Amino acid sequence: MDKDLTKIKRDLKKLLQSQPLAVLATQNRGQPYASLVAFASSDDLKSLYFATTRSTRKYANLSGDSRVAVLVDNRSNKASDFRWAMAATATGKAKEVGPVERKSVLDLYLAKHPHLKDFVHSPTCALCEIRVQTFFVVTRFQSVMEVHVRR
Amino acid sequence: MKLALSLNGITRKDRSRIGGKGFALAMMQKSGMHVPEALCITTEAYQEYVSSTGLRDQMHMELYRKPFEEMRWEEIWDTALRIRNMFIKTPLPSELRKQLRAPLASRFSRRPVSVRSSAPGEDSSKTSFAGLHESFVNIQGLESILEHIRLVWASLWSDRALLYRQELGLDVEKSTMAVVVQEMIFGERSGVVFGMSPVHEKQSAVEAVYGLNQGLVDGTVEPDRWILDRHSGQILSHRPARREKILVPAPKGVRLENLQGTLRRRAPLRDREVKEVYDLAMKAESLFGSPQDAEWTYFKETLHALQARPITTRSASSEDQRPWYLSLHRSFDNLRGLRTKIEKELIPGMETVAREMGIVNLPALSDSVLAQEIGQRSRIHKEWQETYRRDCIPFAHGMRLFGKIYNDLMKPKDPFQFVSLLAGSGMVSVRRNQMLVDLAELIRKDPSNKACILEGKGDDCKPEVKKGLKRVLDQFGDLAWEKGRLGEDRDRLLKLVLQMASHPERETSARAGDPGELEKVFLSRFDEEQKSYALELLDLARASYRLRDDDNIYLDKIQGQVLAAVEEGRRRIQERSTPESKTMEIDDLLKAVQSEAPVHKPDQKAQQPAKKQSFSLKSRQILGQPAGPGMAVGKARVVLGSSELFSFQKGEILVCDAVDPGMTFVVPLASAIVERRGGMLIHGAIIAREYGIPCVTGVPDAVNQIKTGDFITVDGHLGIVIIGEATL
Repeated sequence: MDKDLTKIKRDLKKLLQSQPLAVLATQNRGQPYASLVAFASSDDLKSLYFATTRSTRKYANLSGDSRVAVLVDNRSNKASDFRWAMAATATGKAKEVGPVERKSVLDLYLAKHPHLKDFVHSPTCALCEIRVQTFFVVTRFQSVMEVHVRR
Repeated sequence: MKLALSLNGITRKDRSRIGGKGFALAMMQKSGMHVPEALCITTEAYQEYVSSTGLRDQMHMELYRKPFEEMRWEEIWDTALRIRNMFIKTPLPSELRKQLRAPLASRFSRRPVSVRSSAPGEDSSKTSFAGLHESFVNIQGLESILEHIRLVWASLWSDRALLYRQELGLDVEKSTMAVVVQEMIFGERSGVVFGMSPVHEKQSAVEAVYGLNQGLVDGTVEPDRWILDRHSGQILSHRPARREKILVPAPKGVRLENLQGTLRRRAPLRDREVKEVYDLAMKAESLFGSPQDAEWTYFKETLHALQARPITTRSASSEDQRPWYLSLHRSFDNLRGLRTKIEKELIPGMETVAREMGIVNLPALSDSVLAQEIGQRSRIHKEWQETYRRDCIPFAHGMRLFGKIYNDLMKPKDPFQFVSLLAGSGMVSVRRNQMLVDLAELIRKDPSNKACILEGKGDDCKPEVKKGLKRVLDQFGDLAWEKGRLGEDRDRLLKLVLQMASHPERETSARAGDPGELEKVFLSRFDEEQKSYALELLDLARASYRLRDDDNIYLDKIQGQVLAAVEEGRRRIQERSTPESKTMEIDDLLKAVQSEAPVHKPDQKAQQPAKKQSFSLKSRQILGQPAGPGMAVGKARVVLGSSELFSFQKGEILVCDAVDPGMTFVVPLASAIVERRGGMLIHGAIIAREYGIPCVTGVPDAVNQIKTGDFITVDGHLGIVIIGEATL
């Protein structure tokens, strides 16, 4: 299992680094809501980061319930995806990044999305962190492994 | 673009579109050799078919659901059968059909043909893998020809091809198949010629039989064999065959018949003809630039070349198991012979051996005699294991052969529908289980038995219960699996039966479809002349299905006797206080015997929680093979040894590395079976079908990924095991 964990973490890291966008799921009084976000991941895989303006529906949802799910995948929308594609659903809680970490998170985030510099520096934009509890990693269409993060 | 090319229209640039076989025929014809008229269906036809029907996408799903490295040959065979069924079920799109039908109709609407595979690259001198793909002889009628073209396409993904996937470079996106539709020449004498003998490079070899050479190629008819000097063509030796059989054309395909007396005494070729066949190989060699292996036939005294390909020697390392798997494909006649041997010779032999061992009074033996006894039993067991591998395992192909023929005829939606015609044929393990269920019924009738069993006082049970238990133990007490025997502990066995008693009996027939009705429909597809063949085939398949389990049971009985002697030895060692006493002999033997039995140990590390890690890994959904339809949820019981087996609770799911029929006495209590070893036709799957419970086989590392007590869901329709509840 240790070997498997090392491998799956390596694959997971590759996936998170290769994909610029993820689907973020939030909810408002039981109504699920999915949106596309540009994200970055911490080197230890324990955190995901995204930026959103404070006027968005997802931001409002997060204010009411910080629990989220995020889907990242590398599909090519072809039948061969059933063999090759990997999808990871991360569950966890989101919060706005505090002033202490802001600088380092910004560096990390903009290294991946340099074109979003103006966007994240806007005073109306919130930089958020998702502290991941579990990754649900799907390969070969139906093979599912859970990677639990211990804190 | 033309999808069908006649031989005289083929040029060098067409080679990759028509495959090696078609190209060789065209070249031979051009050089003036007698070659049957043929039409080459190009690889574009295959591409068009798998693209426009969506088959290519389906193949992605089927072929890659599990990594090949994790699949046993049986699973690969199952996969190939599913893919073959997809091709059988998917008709040609009308445009493609039109394009193929017209050229075929103008040549072969009334003439019988052979439909042969011609994979590009297959016949290049680097990778020659004769026999990995299918060819069909004596096919008549346009519809049948079109159908067989699809079967040849499907054989691009045969189990044999999948075993050699790396050498062939098999890839759903890229691999393709051409087909040669060739006028059938019903030669009176046929054979093969090797321009260069595979075993001696200065020699050539000619093999010949009476009738069609399919019989030679698949090994059912023994050929005469000539060795020639490769350079001069002089005959060096002739080894006559025992000429007994001949393969002749039959209304649908071919038939094996007895060779008539006068021909039995005469070699199929005269020396002059042997030389003529040799010359054919040499001509082909000069045409293609490398030594060739060619199939030929004499029709009305004229020699025809049927195909030619470069000779390659496959260097088989002793570790390569694949030739053994290829050898498991047996013909109907071969299987018939095996069945007689197993039923008349091997099973009675195993029974006798086990019975004779059972008579020996082990406690009365001196230490040294017991040591000898252990050694001898273990030797005898090993010999029988060899016999089992040699004769019993190949006989399991009987049900596979039936499955293939059934699917060709019936085109069922479920490629494994044929199994329901085979189930319920009175397996020994089911008879044993019924005896246990009957015993449970006796216990249920009188509650006083329950108290006795719970207190471990089996002797105080009612006389009829004791009698019932004795009956079971007399017949099956010595039945063993890797780790123990059914009768090793009476009290534990009684407690297990008590489990059965505390729950009402389950109906054992939840099988899909009505086997009687299916059988009727199947038989109705044969005309009167072929009915007896169909019945014999079905009977053979049922025997194959039943014996797959039964012969193991008899082998397990011998193993049980080995274990009984080992137990006696172990008991004596434990009684001794000084280790240097003269039990050493037994001790050594025990070690030797035990180290020979491969025992699956659970991965200890996996069971310990990884404390220091800041991540932990858990399987949620594991993919295996759907080996028994249905769905069940319940607690897992991971069976590693006797104790887990005897403490099996009603409704639990049996999770196992490899199910052995010696263990399946708990199946009446189980709500599903999960097994690491993969396949649709293995013990776990067979017994699950008998009881109509879901079964998933081929679950990688099942006994480590799943823990006893885990709440699991077994989806036997899709071959999935889900661990844990649905909530996050």
